Amino acid sequence: MKLWTRLLCACRRRSPWIFHMNSGSCNGCDIELIASLTPRYDAEQLGVLLQGSPRHADILCVTGPVTHTAAPAIQTVYQQVCGPKAVVAIGSCPASTNVFIDSRVLVGPLDKHIPVDVFVPGCPPRPDAIVRGIAAAANILAERRDSAASAESTASSATTPEEAAL
Amino acid sequence: MNLLTALARFLVFPGLLFAIPAAWFVLWLERKSVALLQQRIGPPFGQPFFDFVKLMGKSTPQRPGVNGIMMRAWPLIAVSASAGAVGLLPVLPLHGGFQGDLILLLALMEIPAICMIVAGFSSRSLFGEIGSAREATLLVSYNLVFLLAAVSIAVSQHSFRLESLAGAPATWWRYLGLIAILICLPAKLHVNPFSLPNAEQEIYSGPMVEYAGFELALWQLSHGLEWIAGVGLVATLAIPPSSHVWLDIAGVLGLGLILVLVISIIAAATARIAIDTTVRFYWQCTIAFAVVAISATLLMRLRS
Repeated sequence: MKLWTRLLCACRRRSPWIFHMNSGSCNGCDIELIASLTPRYDAEQLGVLLQGSPRHADILCVTGPVTHTAAPAIQTVYQQVCGPKAVVAIGSCPASTNVFIDSRVLVGPLDKHIPVDVFVPGCPPRPDAIVRGIAAAANILAERRDSAASAESTASSATTPEEAAL
Repeated sequence: MNLLTALARFLVFPGLLFAIPAAWFVLWLERKSVALLQQRIGPPFGQPFFDFVKLMGKSTPQRPGVNGIMMRAWPLIAVSASAGAVGLLPVLPLHGGFQGDLILLLALMEIPAICMIVAGFSSRSLFGEIGSAREATLLVSYNLVFLLAAVSIAVSQHSFRLESLAGAPATWWRYLGLIAILICLPAKLHVNPFSLPNAEQEIYSGPMVEYAGFELALWQLSHGLEWIAGVGLVATLAIPPSSHVWLDIAGVLGLGLILVLVISIIAAATARIAIDTTVRFYWQCTIAFAVVAISATLLMRLRS
């Protein structure tokens, strides 16, 4: 059994499938996320695959300062991702709502709505920073033993923006 | 074929023990060759295995009722059918099959596609239903050519027995039929340019959209086994029999590898085409191969 757990952890680290969600982003971070999958950065070397359905994904990549319209959608999509799962907040917007702070259409930042594991700050962050953020989230996934219970407990010890700054 | 050889063929070679690692290898080769063509490094060796184990360890959503049980059953049926199809391949010439095993092989190769269609409808997702409808249309369009070509190969040897087909010397007409089957394979395997049913960008991978965890892992495995069955069928029928068993097996494996590379390269080089263009491609263009193959074999048979 222990061998199976070790194998499972190794495989989780090596096969992070991501789902990309835009919560009102200006598209800057979205372009950089796609750029991290292109030949120059090639995140598939780490086993990263961009999935079309949240059911297939392990890591939820959220961009944008959470708008009123996006907030319930984020909750739904987060619940649709099957455990164990991790959340990567890409860009400064989901971390702090960035320049849109105090806007009346926002209900951000992101960690008010779902537990965030890794913050990748930047406006937009560079693709290599995004790849590193996804790799960090894959490591967190590998340490997460079971699906639902531990997802909540590790979320409390989420990396702060300062710690994850690259 | 007695029970022991049947079991050995299903479980060991060319069945599960050989076919599952081979399926993972083929899936890796597909992704790696696409990556190399795009000047990327691509996934590390064994990536489909890592994906499989990871998916096995993921939780699946609760699905109550008969619909839930059915949704769990479809990937299992698909994997068993494609594993059975791989087990029937006449790679080893010494232990023969039975009369009509070509028909069984063709039927088993159809089952994963049919499972995919019903899985999409039973998921009750809009995207799943669109994907299933596309898959059904695709099935109708390529199967006309595929089955005509398979029948032309069988008619040329007066037999529906795979072993006698693989053991007979290959004629030019058989190669015509095999080319028609080869053109149908990308549609059968849902790779570009015929990746309509599981289109990631348009319909969120279609019938698979609601699947997660070990069910998705089984679908991936079934896809890999379909690769082995389809490519293996063409390779076993194309390689002429030789005096040595190991030479036969090496020839089949080598040709299979080349076919996988060719299909992957075509997939990397092409974009997805619309469903009406696909149907037109098979019913108007490719059918010429199958019609020529079957009419030629029938004429040859009348002459002899």
